[in-house]
Amino acid sequence: MSDPSVTQDLIHGGEGPAASVVSSSNRPRSLWQDTWDILRHRKIFWISFIMLILFLLMAAFPSLFTHKNPDYATLAKSMDPPSGEAWFGYDLQGRDVFARTIYGARTSIIVGVLATLVTVILGGVAGVLAAYYARWVDSILSRIGEIFLGVPYVLGAIIILGTVAPAQSSPDRVTIMAVVIIVLAVLGWPILMRIARSSVIQAKHQDYVQAARALGAGPFRIIFKHLLPNSLAPILVYSTITIGSYIGAEATLSLLGIGLREPVISWGIAIADHTSYIRTGAHAMLFPAAFLSLCVLTFVMLGEAVRDALDPKLR
Amino acid sequence: MAPAESILEVRDLVKHFPLTQGIVFKRQIGAIKAVDGVSFDLRRGETLGVVGESGCGKSTLAKVMMALERPTSGSVKVNGRDITKAKGAELKHMRRNIQMVMQDPYTSLNPRMTVGDIVGEPFEIHSEVLPKGGRRKRVQELLDVVGLNPDHINRYPHQFSGGQRQRIGIARGLALQPEVIICDEPVSALDVSIQAQVMNLLDRLQKEFNLAYIFIAHDLSVVRHISDRVAVMYLGKIVELGGDSQIYDRPSHPYTQALLSAVPVPNPEGREARERIILQGDPPSPANPPSGCRFRTRCWKAQDICAKEEPLLQIRPGTDHLSACHFAEALDVVHVQS
Repeated sequence: MSDPSVTQDLIHGGEGPAASVVSSSNRPRSLWQDTWDILRHRKIFWISFIMLILFLLMAAFPSLFTHKNPDYATLAKSMDPPSGEAWFGYDLQGRDVFARTIYGARTSIIVGVLATLVTVILGGVAGVLAAYYARWVDSILSRIGEIFLGVPYVLGAIIILGTVAPAQSSPDRVTIMAVVIIVLAVLGWPILMRIARSSVIQAKHQDYVQAARALGAGPFRIIFKHLLPNSLAPILVYSTITIGSYIGAEATLSLLGIGLREPVISWGIAIADHTSYIRTGAHAMLFPAAFLSLCVLTFVMLGEAVRDALDPKLR
Repeated sequence: MAPAESILEVRDLVKHFPLTQGIVFKRQIGAIKAVDGVSFDLRRGETLGVVGESGCGKSTLAKVMMALERPTSGSVKVNGRDITKAKGAELKHMRRNIQMVMQDPYTSLNPRMTVGDIVGEPFEIHSEVLPKGGRRKRVQELLDVVGLNPDHINRYPHQFSGGQRQRIGIARGLALQPEVIICDEPVSALDVSIQAQVMNLLDRLQKEFNLAYIFIAHDLSVVRHISDRVAVMYLGKIVELGGDSQIYDRPSHPYTQALLSAVPVPNPEGREARERIILQGDPPSPANPPSGCRFRTRCWKAQDICAKEEPLLQIRPGTDHLSACHFAEALDVVHVQS
């Protein structure tokens, strides 16, 4: 107490546990790096990661996988079963199912990713605002969210799509994709808002937020430096899984004839076109369906792997 | 000590938390009287200890003084300016003078920021204090001042122990060179040997930077070790306020006497000599405190006047410091030097 140097020695000597953690690698390690370390050692992560890369390659460069034109139809070959010439056979119009399945990845992934992005932006902003400002801002945003959540998903989609793009109409590629993306996001944002809101509320009551306020930090700094980095984990996990479920939802809407439609190539359309031929030519429907399931599974598995890594307590 | 000018003046501070009922139409059905008329002065370079049991309003008092909560009424003047009424740029400027060390070192540091970012954040918020180029060096100096290795600037909080984390919190509080630091139970989450280190650090920093501390704690021996003066709180009010030895050796309020009689005495020789005052019941609800003296429901001295008339915090006959009891009399309960 009287001799400061003694205290200093005590202090520097007393950091055993911290020192041993770092000694393995001399770099400082953030929580994100810890997460990556856990992720790296998980088989399920690598499996889903490799599948994700494959699907992304398919979406970006379909010509790497097939040199055939997905729109080239030979009616004489309608519903021909798989052969050496066409691995997945031909569909009703005599088009190559393999080529169409590969090209379908692009639509599905674009719709899934963009719809999730819009959902995260809408829901995330609403959730953060509701949690940070609380009181009436929270009440109003939460009630609006509940209204959207109260509409059954498919019913809501049928009503909106049936009005904007009725089944008989034939809007162009970009329009119909944009409409489907917006419909999915508009009906899905309240769930993300709730997740963002609850995790921000949790972070908001931590002492470090109080400390930042005591230092005089403004709302901008508190939200972006303190609240968001600490509530990102559940949002990240949920959005990964959401990409998968939106891809499934897009297929559902296409199957019902109100979502994507020709000339867009998508797994959902392929399934919808061939459901009545399941007994005579199952290949035209099963291959796109299998790709759809695999793609959804990829995103769900990836999301779960990330969740496990972010929250080691769950294991 | 010679009376120095007071740097912090708290006057009639009241903080009531409304109790509401109803979901859509909220109506107030009462209030938790967390802090109810607290006044005191803090002088430059002095330490004022605030003790009291859980729920007596110590932490609320700290939050109101830090302008993290708006008081229901009353004022907190820092260097003559009222922080509770300050807004925007003025409030931000005033915050440079009054800083805080938090209770729990495990939640008071942002786990996603490096130590350098945490201790450097005050300079980013108050960018006029220090040009960008000098910040890293200043942060390292601060780490050195609180007894941490300056080379650890790039580490994250989870790589440190509880005591080290509390030092990081102290470094953050020191960064803007405030004159007042409010320590809200800064050592209660640490184990005893680390408590001593952190207390000694606070002591050394006080001498080095001429800091004034408000030291909130529920551990009486910790408060005695560091404080020049001590305020005892019960149910939102200060019941006794006096110098270190006045409170510990000649407590005059029955509540203080009961508190002191409960302090564990490490020496088995003297232990038998002291009298134990055992209070009956629990503290009353702060939503509905007793009339008159708030302590009367548990006080062995209580008489009719205690229910009718609220005892003011003043110097009573036979005592030498402020006490809020109609029947204040000095009584040495501990007998033993701790």
